[in-house]
Amino acid sequence: MTNISMNVNGNGLTHEVPDNTLLVTFLRETLGLTGTHVGCDTSQCGACIVHLNGESVKSCSLFAAQVDGAEVTTIEGIANGDKLHPMQLAFHENHGLQCGFCTPGMVMSAIELVTKNKDLTEREIREGLEGNICRCTGYHNIVKSIQDAAVKMS
Amino acid sequence: MYSTKYVKAKDLSIAASIVTDAEDGKFLAGGMTLIPTMKQRLASPDCLVDLAGCGLTGIEDEGATIRIGAMSRHVDVAESAVIQREIPAIAGLASQIGDRQVRNRGTIGGSLANNDPSACYPSALLGLGGTIHTQNRSIVAEDFLTGMFETDLDEEEIIIAISFPKPDKAAYVKFPNPASRYAMVGVFVAKFPDEVRVAVTGAGEDGVFRASNLEAALNENFNAEAIVDGSVSSDDLMSDIHASAEYRAHLIGEMTRRAVVACE
Repeated sequence: MTNISMNVNGNGLTHEVPDNTLLVTFLRETLGLTGTHVGCDTSQCGACIVHLNGESVKSCSLFAAQVDGAEVTTIEGIANGDKLHPMQLAFHENHGLQCGFCTPGMVMSAIELVTKNKDLTEREIREGLEGNICRCTGYHNIVKSIQDAAVKMS
Repeated sequence: MYSTKYVKAKDLSIAASIVTDAEDGKFLAGGMTLIPTMKQRLASPDCLVDLAGCGLTGIEDEGATIRIGAMSRHVDVAESAVIQREIPAIAGLASQIGDRQVRNRGTIGGSLANNDPSACYPSALLGLGGTIHTQNRSIVAEDFLTGMFETDLDEEEIIIAISFPKPDKAAYVKFPNPASRYAMVGVFVAKFPDEVRVAVTGAGEDGVFRASNLEAALNENFNAEAIVDGSVSSDDLMSDIHASAEYRAHLIGEMTRRAVVACE
């Protein structure tokens, strides 16, 4: 067992976890933050993407113990109360989802993309989503949503 | 996943002694290969020693060489102004590894210690004739890369940095597997004042290798036209569900041509 302390969505917390606990398991099962999904569980699909100190990572391929002392943001932590994050709003308005399973990872991935580069081209968005898979193949509207959000976030 | 013990080491000597004392201890760098491998129960170390607290970062211009700390992540290498200026081929290579999330965690030291036969970095190490620095010694590329998933590292030996000599020109071109983004064939071409080096990843049955006949052709004439069809033999190349040895042989020639063009 290892003691870990981290800040998740603005809340500082400390827990004791088995050493082999994955970050995604800790978020979902210990903290009940089930917005972060497990899709493939082999670090291909990106449904489990969260932000670690502001950068996107696949939480199924990290031990919770590795992120001791870090700041973690999940899909639950990006809205401001009832006010959706501009990326969430853009996905809503542009129908950037079909079944919705990949959406949390898509949104977290997209926020990092837009934050790092405000003048994204469509090609850069598609390449930037390399680590996210949408099995509904709803990529067109996802790209459209991100383009829309990039304008709103600038 | 089997249960394991996790320790974040504060320095290299502590890290080395924990791994020495463990029954089957392993160093953990970015974990982008090791953790998925453990989840599939293909690896079951009883102890993981995380090197994240040992420093080992930083990228320095040393004049004739660039020195990259082993725990530098792919994103750090891809975005480094020093590397982009001095050896842009390495920055370009790093920017094509896996996906953004893998690049945000995976490290150059971890990749080289694993020496995956389809990984990108081993071709840069061999193509540039780089040197691996551990806490005990320095190892030149040819001695370090001993075969598929094999290196000259001792069990308790830790890569602390890698240095790459600056070439006149260099380029890396890969034909990625569209699902994994690993190289189906990746070719690193480096032109130095006295020689041209061509290192091939993703194709060799024993891992990364130098294509000596392509080097000879390019030493003669550093031009894409110097690489003629059929100049690469399919002997000792991998054949799998993704590509036959013959197809890989063809891709080696083509990727080499593209790398030479990219050098110009």
